[in-house]
Amino acid sequence: MAAPMTNDQSWFYALALGVSFLKCLLINAYHSTDFEVHRNWLALTHSLPAAQWYYEATSEWTLDYPPLFAWFEYGLSHIASFFDKEMLVVQNLNYASPATILFQRLSVIVADVVFFYAVKECCKCLREDKGKYLLGKPSFILTVLLLWNFGLIIVDHIHFQYNGFLFGVLLLSIARHFQNRHFEGALLFSILLNLKHIYLYIAPAYGIYLLRCFCFTQSNADGSLQWRSFSVVRLVTLGTIVLSTFSVSFGPFIALGQLPQVLSRLFPFKRGLCHAYWAPNIWALYNIADKAFSILGVKFKLLDINKLPKASMTGGLVQEFQHSVLPSVSPLATLVCTVLSILPALFRIWHRPNGARGFLRCLVICALGSFMFGWHVHEKAILMAILPLSLLAVESREDARIFLILSITGHYSLFPLLFTTQELPIKILLLLLFTIFSLTSLKTLFRKGGALLNPLEATYLLGLIPLELICEFVYPLTVWQKTFPFLPLMLTSVYCALGVTYAFIRLYISLLTCSDSTKKIKTQ
Amino acid sequence: MENWSLFSLCVLLGLTSRWAVSFHSYSGAGKPPMFGDYEAQRHWQEVTYNLPVHEWYFNTTNNDLNYWGLDYPPLTAYHSLVCAYVAKLLNPEWVELHASRGYESHSHKLFMRATVLFTDILIYIPAVLLYCFYFCDGSSKQKVATALCILLYPGLILIDYGHFQYNSVSLGLALWGILGLGLGWDLFGSLAFTLALNYKQMELYHSLPFFCYLLGKCIKQGLTGRGFFQLAKISLTVLVTFALCWMPFLSDPKQPLQVLHRLFPFGRGLFEDKVANTWCSLNVLIKIKTLLSRETQLFLSFALTLLFILPSSLKLLSKPNLWQFKLALVNSSLAFFLFSFQVHEKSILLAALLMFFLFVFFHSMLPLLVKDGLLLPYVVTSLAFLFLSLYLLSHLTRTNEPLFWYFPFHFWFSLVAMAVLSFTSVWLEPPAKFPDLFPVLVSILSFLHFLGFIIYFNLVQLMEPQRKKSQKKTN
Repeated sequence: MAAPMTNDQSWFYALALGVSFLKCLLINAYHSTDFEVHRNWLALTHSLPAAQWYYEATSEWTLDYPPLFAWFEYGLSHIASFFDKEMLVVQNLNYASPATILFQRLSVIVADVVFFYAVKECCKCLREDKGKYLLGKPSFILTVLLLWNFGLIIVDHIHFQYNGFLFGVLLLSIARHFQNRHFEGALLFSILLNLKHIYLYIAPAYGIYLLRCFCFTQSNADGSLQWRSFSVVRLVTLGTIVLSTFSVSFGPFIALGQLPQVLSRLFPFKRGLCHAYWAPNIWALYNIADKAFSILGVKFKLLDINKLPKASMTGGLVQEFQHSVLPSVSPLATLVCTVLSILPALFRIWHRPNGARGFLRCLVICALGSFMFGWHVHEKAILMAILPLSLLAVESREDARIFLILSITGHYSLFPLLFTTQELPIKILLLLLFTIFSLTSLKTLFRKGGALLNPLEATYLLGLIPLELICEFVYPLTVWQKTFPFLPLMLTSVYCALGVTYAFIRLYISLLTCSDSTKKIKTQ
Repeated sequence: MENWSLFSLCVLLGLTSRWAVSFHSYSGAGKPPMFGDYEAQRHWQEVTYNLPVHEWYFNTTNNDLNYWGLDYPPLTAYHSLVCAYVAKLLNPEWVELHASRGYESHSHKLFMRATVLFTDILIYIPAVLLYCFYFCDGSSKQKVATALCILLYPGLILIDYGHFQYNSVSLGLALWGILGLGLGWDLFGSLAFTLALNYKQMELYHSLPFFCYLLGKCIKQGLTGRGFFQLAKISLTVLVTFALCWMPFLSDPKQPLQVLHRLFPFGRGLFEDKVANTWCSLNVLIKIKTLLSRETQLFLSFALTLLFILPSSLKLLSKPNLWQFKLALVNSSLAFFLFSFQVHEKSILLAALLMFFLFVFFHSMLPLLVKDGLLLPYVVTSLAFLFLSLYLLSHLTRTNEPLFWYFPFHFWFSLVAMAVLSFTSVWLEPPAKFPDLFPVLVSILSFLHFLGFIIYFNLVQLMEPQRKKSQKKTN
């Protein structure tokens, strides 16, 4: 029985309101140093003229986001002055009065409105939205997977960041491309790049897609490129949009001659290969292999123990380290690896674009590729792959499968971010909530055609339970906790790296072997 | 989606909101010398662990009854003892005799909160799930929606995980009792309810309906035949349970008397604080607390309680079916709350257990919650609960009318009044002449609501208006 027409969209608002209430309850939870980072930025954008923003170094947390985000903080700081003027004093390091916490948390919760709007737009882009009842509709499932995404709630509303707002802009841009409103999509993405430059990872996907599918207005019958249909007008317009956005953002700083300083703040390559907690990427596996080889080498007297660098790579600080056995990895090497990893995908959508969906798949691969091979990658970056993948997951079986593996392992790898005892029940409960929902809803959506996950995959995912028990409960009670405190983190990273790599490979296979469905390619 | 996944999602949401509320402050946090209910519970762990049983309820050099002396029945004491053993394993300083008074630390708070969560998961939540599964009418979606609303009821969450108490134990056991009776397992039901009674004496509010229902059922089965045996079995179960719970106190006749004296402190007067019951509200107009002698107060409260509880109980006795039973529970607890002696705000939770429009009760706890620093969770959970229950209600009643017309106007009026009062209580300063203005207003408003409810529900129970065919048949 269909719901009355007037209630058609009310479930969306119910879900949005519900998750907002949950976020409000988490106002008092643990917050990481990122809280102080943003407080510092509020202070320096409020108290100092723009010319000094990228030079200010009273606090160790210097401004390392592009100028548009700095302006965003500047805008927030005006509202902040109504809550507590003391937080806007740059010298007040680590200032965290209740009013400060309330304001900052509320700013994240309110900024999420952008995310809500973007999700609504994404739901409109779904191919078909039929379902016997509300809980089985793809748009409902997608809404929950995005609005109630475990990673987003944990990182934004406990750890503290503004990812909801940023991902809202990204998803809106994607939705606009699905709706063939490419200029808006391009504009939104340029704005996004000027808010947080980590989205450079997926810029190649945008570039190739827009060039191939938008600047070349038509394709041949078999899907190949029609060189003569190149539209200079479109290219120039796109270029103008991008350049004008960048000039609005960076212009003032270029005029002041501060561009090198800004860039050095934005791209601090002094940091080490692996972030403090070892994102579950290829380098985690590389590090483990290196460690294993060095231990084996010492054991079999192939290596001299005195010549090896001190084993502090596994500490919790952010420093540069050298590998003992395998060749050391430099930033350039990671860049080359990243580029190599995404190149096949880019070629693929150049030769056989699959419309907006092909673009989205390529986007996810770019995000995942740079996560896997990038320099100083943070685990939070996995969200850049998981969130867009949700869109594909509610439409295709294979994508649903990849999504389940990627999201569950990716979300689990975020656990070390919340290491306090008080947050332990919350993170477990929320992960269970999201996992159970995604598993059962996707299973129900794709129930025709057998089980969604094969036994090996299911076993791997179930293996996360004993892993959590060991790392969080059993290990701290053993003797090794003092001598090898990093071991649980290492185990988590390595175990999750396997899942993430597997998802990456499967995603690539699905991109490279997907049926062209040439009939469906529309000319634009 | 399958039922089990929907139910588990409800449970997970319920648990998440519980634990998230527990991040906030507790009763008496950082307020020496007496602190609050949190310190009381910690103190009971200290007392039960370090002192022998026969000293628990007595005023000795080691046990100062003026500092949060035990005033709940033995089962609470045993529960505190078990918690104390765990506490001792984790950090002996938490239950050090005398030295641990006013002990406050982050890890201790985590421990205490964890004990509440543990008993909640063990006792209350399974009872709620079973109740919704077996005793709710309607489709499985409606059952899940009911479970969600009950699990997200802010009153219980904030009192147990905010203010700090173990109401989920006694309410959960009482709910198991109701479940038992509903499934026809009278002995199990009586056992569970007796345990609830031995955990908190406030469950007496529910005892008369239990008694009348069981007695009525036995009479119906014939007092000379099966009914008599049934009655005998039930009585035996109850007596044995009582005996087992009170065993350590039965060796010396002074013991049970002292315990009873602690449980029913008639020395404390008609009321304390600003509670939404008759006496408190009446006191605004006539100062009955000072006008009447204590004996008269006792008599008056007893008489009025009995008066209000009698019609409902007699009706239940004559017609012992489940529907009557549920209504009688509501009426009985409302009557006790409104008219009895020494009532605390939290007692209203008992009436709330089975009612649908729980919001009023929750609102009446506002002054207490503000005092505890729980304003934010109060606002969030009450808004969430109100919104959620209204939303689900409108969806599941399949009405095509807009929500606004579905409820009578006085429902909305009450909501607005409560919202306004909440707002003014927090943001405005009361006039100097009446410093307690806002808590008193909250109490009076709530009292008027409760009075309305008790009249309404009594009428419903006694007159049994024409019920739709879809409702449950008599058992």
